[in-house]
Amino acid sequence: MTNLPPPAGLHGPGRRSVLAGGIALVLSTALPAGSRIARAASARFAPNAFIRIGADGSITLVMRDVEMGQGIWTGASMLLAEELDVGLDQVTPEFAPPNDKLYRNPLLGLQATGGSTSIRGDWNDLRKAAAIARSVLVRAAAQQWNVDPAACSVMRGIVTHGATGQTAPYASLVPLAVTLPVPADAALKNRRDWLLIGTSQKRLDTPTKVNGKTIYGIDVRLPGMKIASVAICPVLGGKLARLNDTAARKLPGVVDVLKLDNAVAVVGEDFWAAKQGLDALDIDWDLGANAGLTQAQIVQGHADASAGSGIVARMEGDPDTAIAGAAIKRDAVYQLPFLAHAPMEPINCTAHVRQDGATIWCGTQVPTRAQAEAARVTGLPIEQVTVHNHMIGGGFGRRLECEYVGIAAALARQVPYPLKMIWTRETDIRHDRYRPYYYDRVAAGLDEKGEIVGWTHKTTGSSVMARWAPAGMRANGIDPDAVECAENPPYDFPSLRVSWVRHEPPGLVTAWWRGVGPAHNVFVVESFIDEMAHAAKQDPVAFRRSLLRMNPRARNVLDLAAQKSGWGSAVPKGVGRGVMVQSAFGSFLSVVCELGVSPENEIRLRRVVAVMDCGQAVNPNSVRAQVEGGLVFGMTTALYDEITLEKGRVQQSNFDSYRMLRMDETPSIEVHIVDSTATPGGLGETGTAAAFPAVANAIFAASGKRIRRLPLAAGLVSGS
Amino acid sequence: MLTLQINGHAAEFDVPDDMPLLWVLRDVAGLTGTKFGCGVALCGCCTVHLDGQPIRSCVTAARDAVGHKITTIEVIGDTPAGAKIQKAWLDLEVVQCGYCQSGQIMSAAALLAGNASPSDGDIDDAMSGNICRCGTYPRIRAAIKHAATL
Ligand code: FES
Ligand code: FES
Repeated sequence: MTNLPPPAGLHGPGRRSVLAGGIALVLSTALPAGSRIARAASARFAPNAFIRIGADGSITLVMRDVEMGQGIWTGASMLLAEELDVGLDQVTPEFAPPNDKLYRNPLLGLQATGGSTSIRGDWNDLRKAAAIARSVLVRAAAQQWNVDPAACSVMRGIVTHGATGQTAPYASLVPLAVTLPVPADAALKNRRDWLLIGTSQKRLDTPTKVNGKTIYGIDVRLPGMKIASVAICPVLGGKLARLNDTAARKLPGVVDVLKLDNAVAVVGEDFWAAKQGLDALDIDWDLGANAGLTQAQIVQGHADASAGSGIVARMEGDPDTAIAGAAIKRDAVYQLPFLAHAPMEPINCTAHVRQDGATIWCGTQVPTRAQAEAARVTGLPIEQVTVHNHMIGGGFGRRLECEYVGIAAALARQVPYPLKMIWTRETDIRHDRYRPYYYDRVAAGLDEKGEIVGWTHKTTGSSVMARWAPAGMRANGIDPDAVECAENPPYDFPSLRVSWVRHEPPGLVTAWWRGVGPAHNVFVVESFIDEMAHAAKQDPVAFRRSLLRMNPRARNVLDLAAQKSGWGSAVPKGVGRGVMVQSAFGSFLSVVCELGVSPENEIRLRRVVAVMDCGQAVNPNSVRAQVEGGLVFGMTTALYDEITLEKGRVQQSNFDSYRMLRMDETPSIEVHIVDSTATPGGLGETGTAAAFPAVANAIFAASGKRIRRLPLAAGLVSGS
Repeated sequence: MLTLQINGHAAEFDVPDDMPLLWVLRDVAGLTGTKFGCGVALCGCCTVHLDGQPIRSCVTAARDAVGHKITTIEVIGDTPAGAKIQKAWLDLEVVQCGYCQSGQIMSAAALLAGNASPSDGDIDDAMSGNICRCGTYPRIRAAIKHAATL
């Protein structure tokens, strides 16, 4: 052993490193939030669950929303800072502990981050919480000076009484503020007095993301921690039948081999040892009932189910009669595939299960569910399970599931040490929970003037809602997610029927996926309306426009997108523009995609123009970033991705078979934001939903081929 | 025992010599800024520099890094190109979830170190091995061009 100074930047206990002696133990992942709260607890003003103001001047925002790239830590901090009259730089966000009562998302009904709801929920809750806190602090100052609170103003957390020139920072007011009653309400600022909302502010979480210092769940390091790599039965419902681990146990660095009903884990001193051990296992699976399942059977199952009448979600007029009597009729079947989430940070979870409790370190969109799942698996009372949430390296709905927390806990309860479970990319994709397959039948009719007289849309697929949040189902049995943006298209149709057939395919579990209901139905509605425009021999923008007379915000973004994209101007041969417009997640978005299709059916994305009306944009640069990112995510999926099963096994496994758009394939993207004072709408999923039809319609414009089944690149080659 | 020069310091590691550099960095040296994304050279999350050249540490055996200077995201800001790239990334708000960005920044810093004003084609060539699931490519392109002006 040599005695060298620690390399710069090294941290953590290197178990197999000879450097360990010289390196400080850094437990930053486990303890910082709690320890700081503990220090400040003696003197802090905490008028509600979100705000902690310490006598040291620290201002903490306890964040119920998780940060997974969408910029909510910054947006939410801006709302807080605005009404508290402090600088954004004075606010430190931290993860909320699991607590559905205190940190329930008002739109989702539990402590969850998803469905593009964060800013919509925070808009009222956080501004109100901050305004109330400010009012108490101002009252404390006024009481101290014996002046009228209304005569006081606040700037950067310093209360000033203008007439006497007295000033007091919030920190000095904490001891008095904690003794004052907290009012139920306080007035919000006037829009004209806003200093932060509506201005582009630098994100708070990014400086440590450009130097490798942010600790994601996968980066957790604990004293004595070992690392597990897991093999899960390749067919859902199968079980472990026989295991020979003799060779694996002999490998250097392999510590343990652990079994579950349907999985085996090899524990190593490091991930490489664990992975080598896993590869050396000799496993027989009892594959179970799904072992013969094929993709063709699954698709046929959806097609057969879609022949049923289903449940009607919305009925206006008599669309069947209207379509039957129409001058021009069209009907079509649209299909969307199963999809994996493939977040850049593969699924992982660290668990330490002891007699007296369990501690979980992970990134989760549902902290209370993660806690409950660990409690269920370990048999411990919920109060004895601690969950440390982390910055998330991509959620997209994957981390609204917490079965991986259960698997980690079930493994960790078999060993005395903290155990970090890391899935390989192959396991992450093959054992995801998938966006449902959808099989949609649509029909519409036009009169002699080319106006739509009737529209019917029947969608068939699995219900995520029924499993994940049964309380969200309607009394008539409708899953609102299954028909979102189908039952309420932006258009003014004189007659309409939207219905839903629930069909649960075997062999996989379905789950939320970025864009949820709109990413499914906007594709179908906006593709088929494009078909109807062409059937009416009308320009796709003009045709949509005439149906949006009652929907000025949708028409406005459509008009602007047409204008900004140069809609109607000449394009080279083989190049086309596709348009779409949507009203989803409380926001209005129109996108024009320009692309080329070569004679060999190769698609080249050229330019994307998006116009977003999300109401009041809280942090405009972040709004643009979310739309850009959502569009890339959606274009990737629209062009390339699908999950298929053969012999009950998922066929895709890594970024070669489940491929991502890359730098050289990504078009230029312009995002324009409409100036609006309306209540903020959601953002994170809007671009993803919009991309599918924008690309599909552009392919039609460029090639004359209407592709009704995603992914489009495969459909273009096969001609469907 | 392998002697590796990481971020300017030589140290000995008691690891199998075929262990990928990625896991030596993350699990043994505790340098978790370098990320695991695919394990098979498809995503670029694990990009580090070997003598200034970007390599995928998930498919580079530790023994092949012996005798070379290994540079990771934790210290890339100490190089002129790395500092410019990091600043440009923050100026243009490239980052979303951030998980891919260590690798993106290492690829971009290597590009800029060898090419003071990269063209779109240069950027395509240097950056197309790095996947960003959050879709930050347009901003990465703009930020590399911005970094070239700093
Ligand atoms: S982890 Fe090395 S390229 Fe993906
Ligand atoms: S910023 Fe999330 S994967 Fe690139």
